[in-house]
Amino acid sequence: MSNTPLVQVEHLTRYYSQTRAVNDVSFNLARGEVLGFLGPNGAGKSTTMQIITGNLAPSAGQISIDGVDLLDQPKQAKQAIGYLPEQPPVYRELTVDEYLQYCARLNRIPRSRIGAAVATAKDRCGLGDVARRLIGNLSKGYQQRAGIAQAIIHNPAVVILDEPTVGLDPLQIREIRALISELGKEHGIILSTHILPEVQATCNRVQIIHHGRLVFSDSTSGMTHRHATTSLIAVFNNAPDVDSLSQVNGVERVEPLEDGHMRIHYSDTDPAEALVEQAATQQWRLCELTPERRTLEQIFIELTCSEAPLHEDAA
Amino acid sequence: MILTIAARELRSLFLSPLAWSILAVTLFILAYLFLSQIEAYVTLQPRLAALEGAPGVADIVVAPLLADAAVVLLLVTPLVTMRVLSEERRNGTISLLFSAPLSMTEIVVGKYLGVVAFFLILLGLLALMPLSLLAGTELDLGKLAAGLLGLTLVVSAFAAIGVYMSSLTEQPTVAAVTTFGLLLLLWIIDWAGNRQMEEESNALAELSMLRHYEPLLKGLFNSADVAYYLLVILLFIGFSIRRLDAHRLQP
Repeated sequence: MSNTPLVQVEHLTRYYSQTRAVNDVSFNLARGEVLGFLGPNGAGKSTTMQIITGNLAPSAGQISIDGVDLLDQPKQAKQAIGYLPEQPPVYRELTVDEYLQYCARLNRIPRSRIGAAVATAKDRCGLGDVARRLIGNLSKGYQQRAGIAQAIIHNPAVVILDEPTVGLDPLQIREIRALISELGKEHGIILSTHILPEVQATCNRVQIIHHGRLVFSDSTSGMTHRHATTSLIAVFNNAPDVDSLSQVNGVERVEPLEDGHMRIHYSDTDPAEALVEQAATQQWRLCELTPERRTLEQIFIELTCSEAPLHEDAA
Repeated sequence: MILTIAARELRSLFLSPLAWSILAVTLFILAYLFLSQIEAYVTLQPRLAALEGAPGVADIVVAPLLADAAVVLLLVTPLVTMRVLSEERRNGTISLLFSAPLSMTEIVVGKYLGVVAFFLILLGLLALMPLSLLAGTELDLGKLAAGLLGLTLVVSAFAAIGVYMSSLTEQPTVAAVTTFGLLLLLWIIDWAGNRQMEEESNALAELSMLRHYEPLLKGLFNSADVAYYLLVILLFIGFSIRRLDAHRLQP
């Protein structure tokens, strides 16, 4: 059991008439993994998620959820899925309690356990105070939470969240991120978002999809290593000239910037330590030294802003 | 699972003022028709008393009442069924049902039964009117039962068509208009036939909902008529299921 990935997507393709919205996408999701799905608008994120949750049929490809084929045994496979679509699927005329009870029944939770399941879901999503209010009268943030509660009520193995933090205030965003990290311990989670720091905060794997293709897939920790620092930004109160800086062991090139900032490029050895040492003996009065990371944002922009041939780069 | 969906559908209907106003208006109009039929009967009664084998209350009051009720329900059904599936699609709540472990059949049948349950409540209230006559006179209960069965079948067929139309569009009003159009067409389809050749008119008469309803009102239980309504129901429920599936497959 533990060897089979929770979600296995193979060569998924989906056409909308002539447009190919999703193009040969394959990936796996393991238990205890939080997968961040990134991409510009219209890249195919939502379509992919709708296909994995059985809301859309793929034009080609295979999906299995917890070892069960979604297309052959949809009922059994769907039991292991909790899904929050872009628009929370809430009934405005029901109260939060009624709504969650209905969702619990739809997901075939035994009658005796419905009460407990509803209470847990409310508790996890912070809905206790509004349990008796009509969903239509709640703010967008609470409706979103009701949508998340609905997705986790039957304790599914896979939770799929399409932009879960849209419309929430910063405090709620923090709570939801904490909830996602907590859920990620026992479940597998796929979440899509536009907010890049969110991915770095909550996910342990990132996939970038562009024009329906997967163009980037890496773990967040691997990403920080692999796309590691290649330059430092230093600020000196008593700045030395470029030449003497270049003498420092490991420095490849020095690029003076505005306001006394210097960008120091290096390739193999990190010159930070040597720099500090030199600065102390030569009285350069170093007051700031920061490694420049290639952030997720840079990777994202590189992959999605350049035009067509980037598929080959990624492949 | 079907019952869960049906129960929520019925509950949602009653949570909106629509169901209550439909019940109120429909029953008000039918009560007015009922009372005018009783008045007609009272004026006719002296002459009827003299006749041998004269038509009774069931023929003069109940049958016209149920016949009119079918026409009123033809106008009302589109309003009840219009939002059943279209609104779920428009609000995106349909994905709650799609990602739950449910088959399309369960979703459609559940929705359909919820609507039918609403009409059964309406018919139950309507049935109280003729039954109240039992307090003062004798009533042919067999004829009443046949008539009520007929009306139930008619309304169930209306509802099935309404559910199908609602599965076709995301706009409830469009669903209402198309449902009304199709129901009216099926109701009057044999009118054109009357002036045509005998065979053609027969074929069209077979399609007419009214033609299959009339014998039941007279107390004639013909299995062909009942089969007609059941076929209409099954056909349109089947169409709706296919339609929902197609929504998932949309090109």
